[in-house]
Amino acid sequence: MSQKTFAGVTVDVNEEGYFTNPAQWTKELAVEVAKEEGIQLTDKHLAVLDFLRERFAKGDNLTIRSVGNSGIVDIKGFYGLFPGAPMKKAAKIAGIPKPSSCV
Amino acid sequence: MKRLLILGAGTGGTIMANKMRKILARDEWDITIVDQHKTHYYQPGFLFIPFGMYTRQDVVKPKTSFLPLGVNVIFQEIDRIDGASNHVIMKDGTSLKYDYLIIATGTRVVPDETPGLKGPLWHKNVFDFYTIEGATALAEFFKTWPGGELVLNIADVPIKCPVAPLEFVMFADAFFVERGIRNKVNISYSTPMSGAFTKPRASKVLGALLEEKNINIIPDFYLEKVDNEKKALVSYDEREIPFDCLVTVPVHKGDAMIGRSGLGDEMDFAKAHKHTLQSDFFPNIFVIGDAGNFPTSKAGSVVHFQADVLTENLMCAIENRPFTESFDGHSNCYIETGFGKGALIDFNYDTEPLPGSFPFPGIGPFGLLKETRMNHYGKLMFRWIYWHILLKGKEMPIDSKMTMAGKKM
Repeated sequence: MSQKTFAGVTVDVNEEGYFTNPAQWTKELAVEVAKEEGIQLTDKHLAVLDFLRERFAKGDNLTIRSVGNSGIVDIKGFYGLFPGAPMKKAAKIAGIPKPSSCV
Repeated sequence: MKRLLILGAGTGGTIMANKMRKILARDEWDITIVDQHKTHYYQPGFLFIPFGMYTRQDVVKPKTSFLPLGVNVIFQEIDRIDGASNHVIMKDGTSLKYDYLIIATGTRVVPDETPGLKGPLWHKNVFDFYTIEGATALAEFFKTWPGGELVLNIADVPIKCPVAPLEFVMFADAFFVERGIRNKVNISYSTPMSGAFTKPRASKVLGALLEEKNINIIPDFYLEKVDNEKKALVSYDEREIPFDCLVTVPVHKGDAMIGRSGLGDEMDFAKAHKHTLQSDFFPNIFVIGDAGNFPTSKAGSVVHFQADVLTENLMCAIENRPFTESFDGHSNCYIETGFGKGALIDFNYDTEPLPGSFPFPGIGPFGLLKETRMNHYGKLMFRWIYWHILLKGKEMPIDSKMTMAGKKM
């Protein structure tokens, strides 16, 4: 378990920089994490992050498809917001674990 | 008479029918199981079919062979569950009343979710191996294939047996080496995940395996469509992977009936509590196995461990007691790595696969997170165990709760 400081606030992260305690997340921190990923957060980004955090708290499966069905953005739009690997990047900025498989 | 109704006579439904018939008094409880198909498939065996190691007859048996006397079997299609009135409505309009309901309707592959996947190349150059039809068609194709670009693609997660695609590419490597045409076959593994391995310890221990076998990993590839003319996979961010043979793991969904009944998530997986297995919607409905939205692997071993928990918790519900059992997400899977070797993983909701020995700490005979011959024999022996012990709900020397004994941190 390591720690990282964003804008003067120290949070717990894993070796890949994902939050290990989603409760430590704030919008201000998200702005800083996003900057590291080369992303300037907009309201649209924040709506997606809120959706992911809400679904994560409910224990739902998080997939690119589920974001595409959210009514916030379609899948292409999701790629536009978080280029390259949208689910991975969005999870990191939303302060929730990286999507993973069993191994 | 009270009635326990079980929907689905696959692995979970069959085990539960066997377990509950032993417990519930025959003069008080009717147990009825419903399924639309009469054939039971040993699904872990599908992986072996494309490589000629198993044939169709190795993986099929009649469902009724595994159901105990004293359980009514109905082969019919289900229209929906009416949880408010405790009825299941069948396609033909008849209905079945229940006091308790177990949903064990599994998951299915839905190639139609991806444009072009079920196009002109379907079962010509594009195959799935998660159905008997796909696996046998691929076996035929491989018999005369001269080689080229072999691409495995996982369209989306969750999927059944998340290690099966890994096993597939490792088997393919061994198969084409033995055929003497490995130098003519390029094998690629494309996945929407960040890699073939996503858990830190498994990546560390097994991560090099694919590289050693010269299997090309294409991570973060989220499939939008298949271009049949170009013979290429196209991702949402407009990357293309050309193929001569595409082996697809299509989008998975729960049974459409779950959606029609309003009991599922957007992919028709029944929403249920991950520890108690009780439906989120009705207290007399329980869910087991692939049909549920549980955040663990969709695999037979999970079903087997859940069955112990469900048996206890169902009895608690029937006898008006608080639940005594809690499912921990325990899963235990062999991973075939080719050339007569295999690995084994054992994990739960909170603990990632770790190295060690299984089931007896320090002894084994199976090795966790390592490649051994014994693990391969374990997988082969498992088919016998599945038909003769597991489906019948008999005791196995493995606890439904994962243990840290024998694991190394």
